Parts: sequence; structure tokens; C-alpha cells
Amino acid sequence: MSSTYLGMPSVPVFGEGNLHASEPFPQAARRELDNAQLRANLGHATHTIRDKRLRVVAELPDWEELREAGSAVKAAVMARLPELLEQFEANFTARGGVIHWARDAGEANGIVRDLVRAAGADEVVKVKSMATQEIGLNEYLEEQGISAFETDLAELIVQLDHDKPSHILVPAIHKNRSQIRDIFLREMPDVDPDLTDTPARLAEAARLHLRRKFLSAKVAISGANFALADTGTLAVVESEGNGRMCLTLPETLITVMGVEKLLPSWTDLEVFMQLLPRSSTGERMNPYTSLWTGVTEGDGPQNVHLVLLDNGRSAALADERGRSALHCIRCSACMNVCPVYERTGGHAYGSTYPGPIGAILSPLLTGITSEENASLPYASSLCGACYDACPVKINIPEILVHLRSEDVQSRRGKKKVPGQMDVAMKAASWMMGSGRRMALVEKALPLGKLAAGPDRKIKKLPGIAAGWTRSRDLPAPPAQSFRDWWVKEHEDTASKEQA
Amino acid sequence: MSARTEILDRLRSALHDAPEVPEIPRKYRHSSGLNEDGLIELLSDRLLDYKAGVSVVDEASVPARVAELLAGERTYVVPAGLEERWTALAPGRVVDSPEEPLSVEELDGIDAVVTGCAAAVAETGTIILDGSPGQGRRACSLIPDHHVCLVRAGDIAGVLPEAVRRLDGTHPLTWISGPSATSDIELQRVEGVHGPRRLDVVIIRT
Repeated sequence: MSSTYLGMPSVPVFGEGNLHASEPFPQAARRELDNAQLRANLGHATHTIRDKRLRVVAELPDWEELREAGSAVKAAVMARLPELLEQFEANFTARGGVIHWARDAGEANGIVRDLVRAAGADEVVKVKSMATQEIGLNEYLEEQGISAFETDLAELIVQLDHDKPSHILVPAIHKNRSQIRDIFLREMPDVDPDLTDTPARLAEAARLHLRRKFLSAKVAISGANFALADTGTLAVVESEGNGRMCLTLPETLITVMGVEKLLPSWTDLEVFMQLLPRSSTGERMNPYTSLWTGVTEGDGPQNVHLVLLDNGRSAALADERGRSALHCIRCSACMNVCPVYERTGGHAYGSTYPGPIGAILSPLLTGITSEENASLPYASSLCGACYDACPVKINIPEILVHLRSEDVQSRRGKKKVPGQMDVAMKAASWMMGSGRRMALVEKALPLGKLAAGPDRKIKKLPGIAAGWTRSRDLPAPPAQSFRDWWVKEHEDTASKEQA
Repeated sequence: MSARTEILDRLRSALHDAPEVPEIPRKYRHSSGLNEDGLIELLSDRLLDYKAGVSVVDEASVPARVAELLAGERTYVVPAGLEERWTALAPGRVVDSPEEPLSVEELDGIDAVVTGCAAAVAETGTIILDGSPGQGRRACSLIPDHHVCLVRAGDIAGVLPEAVRRLDGTHPLTWISGPSATSDIELQRVEGVHGPRRLDVVIIRT
């Protein structure tokens, strides 16, 4: 086993699946901004979670030391990833687990389908997993005649409503209680018709709806929050107990996990299990964490599988300035403090990964040249709040800027005809290059008054400048330029002095 | 080429710049320095915050306290390795053993479960079960709706690193911090979805 690869560097192979926006961010964001209900729900949610988070983070005197450790552990993981994966594989398989490797979404989906069929099942229970959302597993299984039931309450709401998650931690945050009640009444076959919209009653309805499924399911599918290389252990962090149900009751357990989720050693868990719950839900600890290493005889699933997924992660790793995006532990702290996410919501980002982390992770996984994702690195004000909040110190603003430059580079040379922006910039540079030319152009300033109405505001500019006036007015230019004013003012002084 | 070979090759190739492996600075706290009373007080405070029930008793009072907590339940399950005297005063005991494990349906018909624990963490209000004989199979502490957990004061760690270093990662582990809960509807916390809706922790003083 060598840590230095001596072969030829290969061309990055990008990921596929639910990573691509279906339309550019600015377009999607404009539509989402019109949804007042979404904005109100999101504003309330993000502020509540971030206040809670600040309170529990402030309790720990060593929070910064934990972040330092977390950041260094993840950098070490990335530097040693091939070796750690082999170590994890050896330990997990030694205890009866089976490992499958998947180059991309399609391959991962196929492996899961074959495993479900081999178990003789046509339905599976699922605990919330970003990796399976990324590869579009539910939709794929549906096509193959296998029903996948999401069991996390929010995921269940989203699934029953044939909608998509809008937040990685609270996926149904864009829906309020009466909307949820309506979805349950419409979509749950055996629901109590007198169901009210109190959260306790709604949670109870979900419990009754899923109880039989849990107790009789033959196959469960999960993601994993962490994988520990030196023990071969997998970990799932959750709150409701649906995770425990999936991870312990069925005979067959299939876990799908991105290769970047590794931690080198068992003791590293002590760092990440302090960072994750406090950063994500603002709790000192989440109600349930389950850990398993292969198979335990007489306890839990006896057929335990893990699908290790690349799907663009090796491409992201190859980007020296972007690779730390793979440190992400999916806590959602960055989206809860992001002024852009707070207004547009998660759907605008298109990908499974929304918010600031999504704005770097999605284009890294798909390649910046992927048409719609090229606009994602611009979905930020670069205010830096996400970097401050990140428990593993991913410098998101720096990577955003890096990806913007990659985007510009990738388009350079491709364009044969200069764009409006190029022409405008060239003209401005010619004009500003000489005081005489500038003065001549300024003579035209009073014309601006004609373009403005009686309220002295320009409401619509042509061409590329239309983007600016779409959401704001431009004040009319002054009747006189500064140069003209200066000349006039000084002429007067000069003539007075002569008199 | 197999997917395994190809992915490992891609990853090695991605590390063409051979990034250095940093030293991990572990300057965070590794112990709390609290004595037994301090640990019990902190753990109780955290558990109450999660809406769990807490009692602090000496060893001799355990059976009576457990019986009180189980007073409303018709049946409860205990793992075969749990000390028998702890549940001696409570009627309705069913034993789950590796030789004769209860089926999922049988467990679903049982009201409560009593287990020991491998460790607890005061600062986070966490109890940890590791599947050893006094704690039993994971299904037993999951399906019944009421979990009574016995914690010896000596098993309480102040901070998480103390507990993690005492545990064996290869055991099937369940970390529990309060009863089952969700905040998925308008962020309003509701105790009890799929896991036990009631958690009672009995802390046993040394």
C-alpha cells in the first residue's frame, strides 16, 4: 500500500444524479423570492436554529479547539483517503459486512436494486440519507417496482407530497402545520379523518402510519454520518428512533455512503459528536446515535452491506483549492446563517446540497462547466458568515471565489463573438483613458434627465444593464457634470478677482 | 477494471500534489474534573432538560424505585444479564436472552424495558448501551414505549472524550439522549415518535 500514486494523473470523472440545477440559480431564485410563505417559514426557522446553536456552542469553553481538531482530522482524511478506505474495508469485512464500490449514481442504484431483489423484497424502509437523495435512489427503485418508504417525519411529509426537501436538516421546513395535515389526510390511507394540526397529533399519525412497516420490513436503507477506519464502524445520528428501527429490525441493511465520510480512528468520534449536534440542531446531543461494525450475531441485521460512492468526489478531491468542501459533515449551520439561502430557500439551488456548502459542493462534484451549476458560486454575498459557523472550518467564501475564477476561465476562449459586457467594458476603458474623451461624454449627461420620468428615476435600462434596473430604480444623472460645475465656478471667481 | 480499483486509482491520482498529513491538535478537554456529586448533578440537569425522568438513589433503594416507575405497566422486558434483584419488586417481568430471543411482535406487545448501561456522559446527558449482557439486544430498548435505565455513578463520564475512551467501538452501540423527539413541524419539539416516548434514568450512588 503506497500513499503516493505514481501513475498518470487522470482526467477528473464528475458526478451525476440530483446534483444539477434544472435552471440557473438567478432564475430559480427570482421565482422562489415571490413565495412569501416560504420566506416567512425559512426566516423563522433559520433564526430559531441559529439562536439555539449559539447558546449551546457558548457553553463549551473549548469550542474553538474542537473546531481546530475537526478541521485537521478532515484534512488528514483527505490526504490519506485511499489508504483509509482500504483499512476501513478490511475491518468492516472482517466482521461480516460486505462492501460494494460504486463509480457513479447509476452504478450505486444498480447495486442497491440487486441487493433488495436478492433479499426477496419489493419494499424497503429508509432512514433519511443525503447520499441516496443525491443518486436519486427512491425514483430509481420505484421504476424497478420496489417501493421505498422514507421514515424520517420531514422526509415522509416531503415524499407524501411528491415534493423535494428544501433544507438538509429540516427538509419540510417550507411547509406549515396545516399544509402537513392536509398532506396526511390526502395521502395516508388509514389516517384518522379527525386529525388536527397540532404537531403532537401529526407526529402520532406518522408513528401509526409507519409502525407496521418497521416491524415487518425485510430490508432497510440508510446513509452514514461517519465511518471509522480503525474499527470498521459506521454511525448514524438521528432524533426520532426511525433510524434505530431501520438499523436494527430488518434482516438486511444496505448503507450508501460517500467515500469522504471516513474518520481515521474511533477516538475521532469524540470530536465530531461534539461538533455535529451542536452545529446542526443546536442540541447538546441528538436523541439517538447508532453505531455498528459489520454483523453482530443475534442482534440486528445479519446481512450488512455498504455501498461506497465516488460520484464526483474524486474530481472534487483533485481540486487542490476546493477539496476541503469534502470536509463537510452536513450539519447545515452554513445555510442557517446565509442571507441568500434565507431568502431563496433550498429549492433554488437545484441540487441535493443547498445553501453555501451546496454552492461549492455541487459544482465541484459535477464540474464547473456543467451548464446550470456554473451560476452557483455566484449565489453568495461573500459575507463570510458561513465560514464563521462551519464546525470544521471550511473556508466557503474562498472556494466560492476560486470557483468563480474557474468559471470565467472555462468560458474564456470559448466565446467567438464578444458579449455585451465585453463591449461595454472595452468602451468604458477607451473613454476613461483620456480626460478629453471623458469630458466629451459627460456633455451628454443632461440627456439622462430625458430618460428619467418626472420622478427623476430611471426605471428601465436596455441590454445587460436591464439586470440592475429589474429590481431597483436608478436616480437620474445630474443636469451638470462636476467638470462643468468646476469650470463655471472658477470662471466666476476669476472674473470677480479681476474686477 | 473493477469499480474498486478504478475509484482508488482516481483518488490516488486526485492527490497528485501529495498534500501533507497534518498533526491533529487535541487541545480540547479530555476530562471534566468533576467529583461524583458534580457528575450526578450535571447529568440530572441535562436529562431533565430533555424531558427524561431522573431519580438518584442508593443501591438498596433501586428495587423499590424501579417498581414505582413500572407501576402503570402490565409487562416489561429485561435482558437476561440484568441483576435480578433490581427488578425483584416489580411484577410482569419477561426475560429476553440470546438463547430465547423475543420476536419483534412479542416485543411490540410489551409496555416497558429495564436495562443497565455501559457509560453515561454528564455534559451531554447521554446514556450509552453497548449490547453487553446487562443491556441486551438493541430491539429490546427500542420497541417498548417506556425505557427505565439504571446508571451506576461510577459509569458517568464528565465529557464525551472520557466516555469514548472507555467504549469498544466494535460493539453495537446505542447512544440515547432523552426520549425519542422530533422538531420537524414548525420546529416545535414533540417528544415521542418511533422510539420510547418515556425515558426514566435511575442513577445509583456508590
